[in-house]
Amino acid sequence: MLKGKTAVVTGGSRGIGKAICLKFAENGADIAFLYAGNTAAAEETLKELESLGVKAKAYQCNVSDADAAAEVLREITKDFGGIQILVNNAGITKDKLVPMMKAADFDAVIDTNLKGTFYMIKGVYPLFLKQKSGKIINISSVSGLNGNAGQANYSASKAGVVGLTKSVAKELASRGICCNAIAPGFIATDMTETFTGNDALKDAIPMKRFGTPEDVAKLALFLASDESDYITGEVIRIDGGMAM
Amino acid sequence: MVFEKIAAMLAEKLECDAADIKPETEFGTLGIDSLDVMELLMNLEEAFGTEIEMGENKINTVSDLVTLIESKLD
Repeated sequence: MLKGKTAVVTGGSRGIGKAICLKFAENGADIAFLYAGNTAAAEETLKELESLGVKAKAYQCNVSDADAAAEVLREITKDFGGIQILVNNAGITKDKLVPMMKAADFDAVIDTNLKGTFYMIKGVYPLFLKQKSGKIINISSVSGLNGNAGQANYSASKAGVVGLTKSVAKELASRGICCNAIAPGFIATDMTETFTGNDALKDAIPMKRFGTPEDVAKLALFLASDESDYITGEVIRIDGGMAM
Repeated sequence: MVFEKIAAMLAEKLECDAADIKPETEFGTLGIDSLDVMELLMNLEEAFGTEIEMGENKINTVSDLVTLIESKLD
């Protein structure tokens, strides 16, 4: 489905990002993924990608640094000869109730989750404009749609991603470039391991199970492929019915 | 030289005569939107081998664009 295309995935060494990298590679895409600092996880993911027979490379980059994001995209463009798909998945949490949440906790989450997404989009924008094609997929969250106690910073960042997605979709729609968001619910990853043992939470999900990174990757594949060419500015929940 | 290049690029895009493009011509009247101007700018960057920071200048007319490019070539 993605043969001949290069995908850039941020936060690609673990969790949902890793599942997206693998799913895209299984479908023929070359993969350039970014990771913040876990070199061991990045090397492991890289090995798995290479075993699928595609070109793959890992780049250590903090997407909340505007210059670093621009530079890494220049590097990837040089290494791979172009970029056709961008997945903004890198995200962090610093969950606290508002009185305990320091300004720095708020800023850090906004910087990575929202501003990082913006910097990456800004970097591929001229490339996509020039080639008159491209797919941008932003990972938001049901927290961004419905709010979540203890996640004022995270939900604000993810709601911001929804607005960003729709604005970029409107800017680029006339050039055949799609920008969509995925809003996952509870997906079993390192980020959510503190509550995946929580049965009460599971009971709140109509499908009575946590999602898997693979569930999200399948949706990302659809949004990255030609199958979704007429879909833009959309936010798709993938949460077992939780946020209905 | 910059003006001629821009006029030629616009004429090609719009399939019109380059002589119809004047410095005072507004992009809006040519049916050129802001994304088209950006694309034009990117093509000019390539043609003149210069980097142009986008976003700071209001570019309404062909002459605005000429001024911007020339300022980068000095």
